[in-house]
Amino acid sequence: MADTIDARIWRGGADGRFETFSVPRRASQTVLDVVTYIQRKLDPTLSYRFACRVGMCGSCAMTVNGKPRWTCRTHVARLEDGPLTVEPLRNLPRIKDLAADMAPFFDKWAKAGGRFVPSTDAEADFAIVEPASAERRAADAGIECIGCAVCYSACDLVSWNPDYLGPAALNRAWTLVNDVRDAGNADRLDAVAGDAGCHACHSQQSCREHCPKSLNPTASIAGLKRATLRAAWKGGP
Amino acid sequence: MKLRARAETLLWGAQRASAAVLAVCVLAHLATILYAVRGGLTAAEILSRTRGSFALAFFYGLFVLAVAVHAPVGLRAILRETFGWRGVPLDLGTAAFAGFLVWFGWRAVAGLFA
Repeated sequence: MADTIDARIWRGGADGRFETFSVPRRASQTVLDVVTYIQRKLDPTLSYRFACRVGMCGSCAMTVNGKPRWTCRTHVARLEDGPLTVEPLRNLPRIKDLAADMAPFFDKWAKAGGRFVPSTDAEADFAIVEPASAERRAADAGIECIGCAVCYSACDLVSWNPDYLGPAALNRAWTLVNDVRDAGNADRLDAVAGDAGCHACHSQQSCREHCPKSLNPTASIAGLKRATLRAAWKGGP
Repeated sequence: MKLRARAETLLWGAQRASAAVLAVCVLAHLATILYAVRGGLTAAEILSRTRGSFALAFFYGLFVLAVAVHAPVGLRAILRETFGWRGVPLDLGTAAFAGFLVWFGWRAVAGLFA
């Protein structure tokens, strides 16, 4: 194996181009390590985003060799042979180099009713949520989302319909639908219904395939389809 | 639920329900064809068996209805996704397509029955 990695890195905004850098190969080297090496040693003008470096914050996701991945936990040695290609996430505006504008992604969390609506005031005692209850288990299945936008980038439906709320926002809505302390389901189910919401999902499961936390947003979206159908049938939330 | 969200959701539900009906109808239709034509079958023989058969009229009437629900809802989604069409013209156009399917489908069923 060569001592260096040929790293093709996206430079500029939407009209940018790839620039190739030669980076020393190291043991247990992640894609984020490669990008950081370039920024620290070869070209300090390179822009990219990261924070925790340990797979918790969801900041460092990029398109690596054509697939969306979290770069801090993606080891170069485990990737396909050939040059390493790194671009910003798909389906989001490109700001500069490897930094994508995350605003549309998080705006859709708000549009999907992703805000917790308390059903009691601050004076109320702690809510008791039975860990084995069906609602709690359904919420647990989706709650570990780190907001990295890998699923949003992997979703073809987002590229076809820019209004589509996307897997992460719908997954967030599903966790709140199952939160017994929440009182916002009437508006939330309105928000997630229709061709920009859960009913547009083709269940192709690209989100599930690429989610670095091994979550299954497709299952959450299927849950929303059932919940909205129940609400529509009854005429209420 | 708000009217629009409710309508979209019920259309989605109708498409899923009609898909379930279609799955049964298509299998029954294929099985019937395979059974009926084993020794060859003329148009006259087919008509002699279908005329006056309420069971046939009910089965194929239901088949047509399921198609008329399923196909326009799916077509509406495809047109929205592929061409970005939205709004009342799309709704009216696909509703007209549903009417077209029901009219010609039931007409064909009536032709076999009467």
